[in-house]
Amino acid sequence: MHEFSITQSILSIALEKANTVKASRVSQINLVIGELSGIVDECVEFYFDFLSKDTIAAQASLSFHHPPTRLRCRNCAAVFSPNNLNWVCPNCHGPKIEILSGRECYVESIEVE
Amino acid sequence: MEIKVLQDILSANDAIARKNQSRLNKHGILTINVMSSPGAGKTSLIMQIISQLREKARIAVIEGDVASTIDADKVSKQGVTVVQINTAGGCHLDANMTENALNNLPLDDIDLLLIENVGNLICPAGFALGEHKRVILLSLPEGDDKAYKYPSMFTQADVVLINKIDLLPFLEFDIASFSNAISGLNPEVKIFQVSCKTGQGLEDWLSWLQEQIKEMKSHHGS
Repeated sequence: MHEFSITQSILSIALEKANTVKASRVSQINLVIGELSGIVDECVEFYFDFLSKDTIAAQASLSFHHPPTRLRCRNCAAVFSPNNLNWVCPNCHGPKIEILSGRECYVESIEVE
Repeated sequence: MEIKVLQDILSANDAIARKNQSRLNKHGILTINVMSSPGAGKTSLIMQIISQLREKARIAVIEGDVASTIDADKVSKQGVTVVQINTAGGCHLDANMTENALNNLPLDDIDLLLIENVGNLICPAGFALGEHKRVILLSLPEGDDKAYKYPSMFTQADVVLINKIDLLPFLEFDIASFSNAISGLNPEVKIFQVSCKTGQGLEDWLSWLQEQIKEMKSHHGS
Protein backbone atom coordinates (compact mmCIF):
# COMPACT_ATOMS: atom_id res chain seq x y z
CA MET A 1 0.00 0.00 0.00
CA HIS A 2 2.90 2.40 0.58
CA GLU A 3 3.56 2.24 -3.15
CA PHE A 4 0.71 4.72 -3.56
CA SER A 5 2.54 7.53 -1.79
CA ILE A 6 5.86 6.42 -3.30
CA THR A 7 4.30 6.67 -6.76
CA GLN A 8 2.86 10.11 -6.01
CA SER A 9 6.36 11.25 -5.10
CA ILE A 10 7.91 9.71 -8.22
CA LEU A 11 5.36 11.46 -10.41
CA SER A 12 5.76 14.81 -8.74
CA ILE A 13 9.57 14.66 -8.93
CA ALA A 14 9.36 13.79 -12.65
CA LEU A 15 6.82 16.52 -13.44
CA GLU A 16 8.75 19.13 -11.54
CA LYS A 17 11.98 18.29 -13.34
CA ALA A 18 10.23 18.17 -16.73
CA ASN A 19 8.75 21.58 -16.04
CA THR A 20 12.18 23.11 -15.45
CA VAL A 21 13.14 22.31 -19.06
CA LYS A 22 9.65 23.11 -20.40
CA ALA A 23 9.26 19.56 -21.71
CA SER A 24 6.00 18.66 -23.42
CA ARG A 25 6.15 15.00 -22.57
CA VAL A 26 7.89 12.64 -20.15
CA SER A 27 8.53 9.38 -22.01
CA GLN A 28 10.51 7.44 -19.43
CA ILE A 29 11.36 7.55 -15.74
CA ASN A 30 14.45 5.67 -14.59
CA LEU A 31 14.23 4.51 -11.01
CA VAL A 32 16.80 2.99 -8.69
CA ILE A 33 15.06 0.87 -6.06
CA GLY A 34 17.21 -1.34 -3.87
CA GLU A 35 16.18 -4.89 -3.01
CA LEU A 36 15.77 -3.93 0.64
CA SER A 37 13.47 -0.98 0.03
CA GLY A 38 10.41 -3.23 -0.06
CA ILE A 39 8.87 -1.54 -3.09
CA VAL A 40 7.02 -3.71 -5.59
CA ASP A 41 7.43 -2.67 -9.25
CA GLU A 42 4.02 -3.89 -10.34
CA CYS A 43 2.31 -1.85 -7.63
CA VAL A 44 4.17 1.31 -8.64
CA GLU A 45 3.24 0.70 -12.30
CA PHE A 46 -0.38 0.15 -11.38
CA TYR A 47 -0.62 3.38 -9.39
CA PHE A 48 1.43 5.28 -11.94
CA ASP A 49 -1.02 4.59 -14.77
CA PHE A 50 -3.80 5.89 -12.64
CA LEU A 51 -2.02 8.91 -11.13
CA SER A 52 -0.31 10.13 -14.31
CA LYS A 53 -3.41 9.97 -16.51
CA ASP A 54 -3.97 13.69 -17.02
CA THR A 55 -0.34 14.79 -16.90
CA ILE A 56 2.47 15.08 -19.43
CA ALA A 57 3.88 11.88 -17.94
CA ALA A 58 0.87 9.80 -19.00
CA GLN A 59 2.05 6.56 -20.60
CA ALA A 60 5.65 7.16 -19.61
CA SER A 61 7.45 3.88 -19.19
CA LEU A 62 9.02 3.14 -15.85
CA SER A 63 12.40 1.48 -15.75
CA PHE A 64 13.47 -0.15 -12.50
CA HIS A 65 17.05 -0.81 -11.59
CA HIS A 66 17.40 -2.96 -8.46
CA PRO A 67 20.83 -2.79 -6.85
CA PRO A 68 21.38 -6.06 -4.99
CA THR A 69 21.93 -6.14 -1.24
CA ARG A 70 25.61 -5.89 -0.39
CA LEU A 71 26.87 -6.19 3.15
CA ARG A 72 30.21 -5.47 4.77
CA CYS A 73 31.54 -7.09 7.91
CA ARG A 74 32.61 -4.45 10.41
CA ASN A 75 35.01 -6.92 11.93
CA CYS A 76 37.05 -8.23 8.99
CA ALA A 77 35.78 -5.90 6.21
CA ALA A 78 34.67 -8.78 3.97
CA VAL A 79 32.01 -7.70 1.47
CA PHE A 80 29.29 -10.23 0.72
CA SER A 81 25.70 -10.79 -0.34
CA PRO A 82 23.30 -12.13 2.26
CA ASN A 83 22.44 -15.75 2.09
CA ASN A 84 18.69 -15.78 2.69
CA LEU A 85 18.15 -14.86 6.33
CA ASN A 86 21.65 -15.56 7.41
CA TRP A 87 23.53 -12.29 7.52
CA VAL A 88 26.59 -13.34 9.50
CA CYS A 89 29.93 -12.81 7.83
CA PRO A 90 30.93 -15.83 5.70
CA ASN A 91 34.58 -15.08 6.42
CA CYS A 92 34.83 -14.52 10.19
CA HIS A 93 31.25 -15.54 11.17
CA GLY A 94 30.76 -12.27 13.08
CA PRO A 95 27.35 -10.56 13.32
CA LYS A 96 28.65 -6.97 12.96
CA ILE A 97 27.23 -6.08 9.60
CA GLU A 98 26.91 -2.85 7.68
CA ILE A 99 24.52 -2.47 4.76
CA LEU A 100 26.44 -1.11 1.76
CA SER A 101 23.69 -1.17 -0.81
CA GLY A 102 20.16 -2.37 -1.33
CA ARG A 103 18.27 0.50 0.30
CA GLU A 104 18.40 2.90 -2.64
CA CYS A 105 15.16 4.64 -3.48
CA TYR A 106 15.55 7.49 -5.96
CA VAL A 107 14.69 8.85 -9.38
CA GLU A 108 17.89 8.63 -11.39
CA SER A 109 16.80 10.40 -14.55
CA ILE A 110 13.88 11.12 -16.82
CA GLU A 111 13.58 11.14 -20.57
CA VAL A 112 11.59 14.02 -22.00
CA GLU A 113 10.52 15.38 -25.36
CA MET B 1 16.50 14.03 -24.09
CA GLU B 2 17.61 12.50 -20.82
CA ILE B 3 17.77 14.68 -17.72
CA LYS B 4 19.62 13.62 -14.60
CA VAL B 5 17.44 13.87 -11.51
CA LEU B 6 19.09 11.91 -8.68
CA GLN B 7 16.42 12.85 -6.20
CA ASP B 8 15.39 10.67 -3.30
CA ILE B 9 11.80 9.56 -3.76
CA LEU B 10 11.03 10.31 -0.13
CA SER B 11 12.66 13.75 -0.17
CA ALA B 12 9.33 15.59 0.00
CA ASN B 13 8.39 13.61 3.11
CA ASP B 14 11.82 14.21 4.62
CA ALA B 15 11.48 17.97 4.10
CA ILE B 16 8.18 18.07 6.00
CA ALA B 17 9.68 15.83 8.70
CA ARG B 18 12.54 18.31 9.19
CA LYS B 19 9.99 21.12 9.49
CA ASN B 20 8.04 19.12 12.08
CA GLN B 21 11.19 18.45 14.03
CA SER B 22 12.25 22.06 14.21
CA ARG B 23 8.76 22.96 15.40
CA LEU B 24 8.98 20.28 18.11
CA ASN B 25 12.45 21.49 19.06
CA LYS B 26 11.17 25.03 19.46
CA HIS B 27 8.65 23.77 22.00
CA GLY B 28 11.14 21.40 23.65
CA ILE B 29 8.92 18.38 23.00
CA LEU B 30 10.74 15.05 22.97
CA THR B 31 9.01 13.02 20.26
CA ILE B 32 9.12 9.26 20.03
CA ASN B 33 8.00 7.24 17.01
CA VAL B 34 6.78 3.87 18.32
CA MET B 35 6.82 1.13 15.70
CA SER B 36 6.15 -2.61 15.67
CA SER B 37 4.05 -5.36 14.12
CA PRO B 38 0.36 -5.37 15.02
CA GLY B 39 -0.09 -6.81 18.50
CA ALA B 40 3.51 -6.40 19.70
CA GLY B 41 2.37 -4.05 22.46
CA LYS B 42 2.59 -0.45 21.23
CA THR B 43 -0.60 0.66 22.96
CA SER B 44 0.29 -1.21 26.16
CA LEU B 45 3.70 0.46 26.13
CA ILE B 46 2.11 3.88 25.75
CA MET B 47 -0.33 3.14 28.58
CA GLN B 48 2.60 2.13 30.81
CA ILE B 49 4.56 5.26 29.95
CA ILE B 50 1.53 7.40 30.76
CA SER B 51 0.78 5.72 34.06
CA GLN B 52 4.42 5.78 35.22
CA LEU B 53 5.46 9.23 34.00
CA ARG B 54 2.29 11.32 34.09
CA GLU B 55 3.35 13.07 37.30
CA LYS B 56 6.78 13.84 35.87
CA ALA B 57 6.02 14.96 32.34
CA ARG B 58 3.17 16.37 30.31
CA ILE B 59 2.40 13.67 27.77
CA ALA B 60 0.45 13.74 24.52
CA VAL B 61 -0.18 10.95 22.04
CA ILE B 62 -0.70 10.74 18.29
CA GLU B 63 -2.48 7.49 17.49
CA GLY B 64 -2.01 6.21 13.97
CA ASP B 65 -4.39 3.50 12.92
CA VAL B 66 -5.69 2.03 9.71
CA ALA B 67 -9.23 2.52 10.97
CA SER B 68 -11.18 2.80 14.23
CA THR B 69 -10.50 4.78 17.39
CA ILE B 70 -10.10 1.78 19.72
CA ASP B 71 -6.50 2.63 20.70
CA ALA B 72 -7.17 6.36 20.91
CA ASP B 73 -10.15 5.71 23.20
CA LYS B 74 -8.04 3.54 25.51
CA VAL B 75 -5.36 6.19 25.74
CA SER B 76 -7.68 9.16 26.19
CA LYS B 77 -9.24 7.41 29.19
CA GLN B 78 -5.87 8.02 30.85
CA GLY B 79 -6.57 11.73 30.69
CA VAL B 80 -3.87 12.74 28.24
CA THR B 81 -4.36 14.65 25.00
CA VAL B 82 -4.76 12.29 22.05
CA VAL B 83 -4.98 13.07 18.36
CA GLN B 84 -6.13 10.23 16.17
CA ILE B 85 -4.90 9.80 12.59
CA ASN B 86 -6.84 7.30 10.54
CA THR B 87 -4.77 6.40 7.53
CA ALA B 88 -7.80 4.94 5.74
CA GLY B 89 -6.00 1.76 4.77
CA GLY B 90 -2.53 3.33 4.50
CA CYS B 91 0.19 1.22 6.05
CA HIS B 92 2.27 3.93 7.75
CA LEU B 93 2.13 7.47 9.04
CA ASP B 94 3.92 10.15 7.07
CA ALA B 95 5.29 13.58 7.86
CA ASN B 96 2.33 15.39 6.38
CA MET B 97 -0.19 13.50 8.55
CA THR B 98 2.01 14.24 11.53
CA GLU B 99 2.06 17.93 10.69
CA ASN B 100 -1.73 17.98 10.64
CA ALA B 101 -1.80 16.23 14.00
CA LEU B 102 0.65 18.76 15.46
CA ASN B 103 -1.72 21.53 14.38
CA ASN B 104 -4.28 20.00 16.71
CA LEU B 105 -2.06 19.68 19.78
CA PRO B 106 -1.37 22.28 22.50
CA LEU B 107 2.37 22.36 21.81
CA ASP B 108 3.15 24.75 24.66
CA ASP B 109 1.86 22.23 27.18
CA ILE B 110 3.68 19.05 26.14
CA ASP B 111 7.02 17.58 27.26
CA LEU B 112 6.73 14.15 25.68
CA LEU B 113 4.92 13.27 22.47
CA LEU B 114 4.39 9.59 21.73
CA ILE B 115 3.48 8.70 18.17
CA GLU B 116 1.98 5.25 17.75
CA ASN B 117 2.67 4.30 14.16
CA VAL B 118 0.54 1.85 12.16
CA GLY B 119 1.35 -1.75 13.09
CA ASN B 120 3.82 -2.81 10.40
CA LEU B 121 7.53 -3.66 10.37
CA ILE B 122 8.18 -2.59 6.79
CA CYS B 123 7.03 0.78 5.51
CA PRO B 124 7.10 2.97 8.62
CA ALA B 125 10.91 2.72 8.49
CA GLY B 126 11.02 4.74 5.28
CA PHE B 127 8.88 7.63 6.45
CA ALA B 128 10.41 10.07 8.91
CA LEU B 129 7.79 12.00 10.88
CA GLY B 130 9.99 14.53 12.63
CA GLU B 131 10.62 12.34 15.67
CA HIS B 132 13.76 12.51 17.81
CA LYS B 133 13.91 8.82 18.68
CA ARG B 134 12.66 5.67 17.04
CA VAL B 135 11.53 2.91 19.35
CA ILE B 136 10.77 -0.54 17.97
CA LEU B 137 8.96 -3.22 19.91
CA LEU B 138 9.50 -6.84 19.06
CA SER B 139 7.48 -9.27 21.13
CA LEU B 140 8.64 -12.79 21.90
CA PRO B 141 5.83 -14.63 20.06
CA GLU B 142 7.00 -13.01 16.81
CA GLY B 143 10.21 -15.07 16.88
CA ASP B 144 13.91 -14.28 17.13
CA ASP B 145 14.58 -14.35 13.37
CA LYS B 146 13.14 -10.92 12.62
CA ALA B 147 16.33 -8.85 12.56
CA TYR B 148 17.36 -9.85 9.04
CA LYS B 149 13.80 -10.02 7.77
CA TYR B 150 13.21 -6.35 8.54
CA PRO B 151 16.72 -4.88 8.49
CA SER B 152 15.62 -1.37 7.47
CA MET B 153 13.51 -1.11 10.57
CA PHE B 154 16.17 -2.31 12.97
CA THR B 155 19.09 -0.37 11.49
CA GLN B 156 17.18 2.86 12.11
CA ALA B 157 16.06 2.14 15.65
CA ASP B 158 17.40 4.08 18.63
CA VAL B 159 15.81 1.62 21.02
CA VAL B 160 14.55 -1.93 20.62
CA LEU B 161 12.23 -3.15 23.35
CA ILE B 162 11.94 -6.92 23.55
CA ASN B 163 8.40 -7.10 24.88
CA LYS B 164 6.33 -9.85 26.55
CA ILE B 165 9.48 -11.05 28.31
CA ASP B 166 7.18 -12.69 30.89
CA LEU B 167 6.42 -15.31 28.21
CA LEU B 168 10.05 -16.41 27.90
CA PRO B 169 9.59 -19.69 29.82
CA PHE B 170 6.93 -20.78 27.33
CA LEU B 171 8.58 -19.87 24.05
CA GLU B 172 11.69 -20.74 22.11
CA PHE B 173 13.14 -17.29 21.68
CA ASP B 174 16.91 -16.92 21.76
CA ILE B 175 17.37 -13.49 23.34
CA ALA B 176 21.15 -13.53 22.92
CA SER B 177 21.03 -14.37 19.23
CA PHE B 178 18.34 -11.76 18.55
CA SER B 179 20.22 -9.08 20.51
CA ASN B 180 23.50 -9.93 18.76
CA ALA B 181 21.87 -9.65 15.36
CA ILE B 182 20.31 -6.27 16.24
CA SER B 183 23.50 -4.86 17.74
CA GLY B 184 25.48 -6.25 14.81
CA LEU B 185 23.30 -4.29 12.38
CA ASN B 186 23.07 -1.24 14.58
CA PRO B 187 25.90 -0.83 17.12
CA GLU B 188 24.35 2.28 18.74
CA VAL B 189 21.00 0.69 19.55
CA LYS B 190 19.79 0.35 23.14
CA ILE B 191 18.02 -2.91 23.90
CA PHE B 192 15.71 -3.39 26.88
CA GLN B 193 13.82 -6.52 27.87
CA VAL B 194 10.38 -5.58 29.15
CA SER B 195 6.90 -6.76 29.82
CA CYS B 196 4.36 -4.01 29.30
CA LYS B 197 1.83 -6.28 30.98
CA THR B 198 3.62 -7.14 34.22
CA GLY B 199 5.87 -4.09 34.30
CA GLN B 200 9.00 -6.25 34.37
CA GLY B 201 12.11 -4.41 33.14
CA LEU B 202 10.29 -1.14 32.52
CA GLU B 203 12.30 0.79 35.08
CA ASP B 204 15.52 0.93 33.04
CA TRP B 205 13.70 1.89 29.87
CA LEU B 206 11.68 4.57 31.65
CA SER B 207 14.76 6.10 33.20
CA TRP B 208 16.38 6.19 29.75
CA LEU B 209 13.26 7.96 28.48
CA GLN B 210 13.32 10.49 31.31
CA GLU B 211 16.97 11.24 30.58
CA GLN B 212 15.99 12.04 27.01
CA ILE B 213 13.19 14.34 28.12
CA LYS B 214 15.60 16.16 30.41
CA GLU B 215 18.18 16.51 27.68
CA MET B 216 15.58 17.89 25.32
CA LYS B 217 14.51 20.48 27.89
CA SER B 218 18.06 21.53 28.61
CA HIS B 219 18.69 22.20 24.91
CA HIS B 220 15.48 23.99 24.22
CA GLY B 221 14.70 25.97 27.33
CA SER B 222 11.45 26.23 29.33
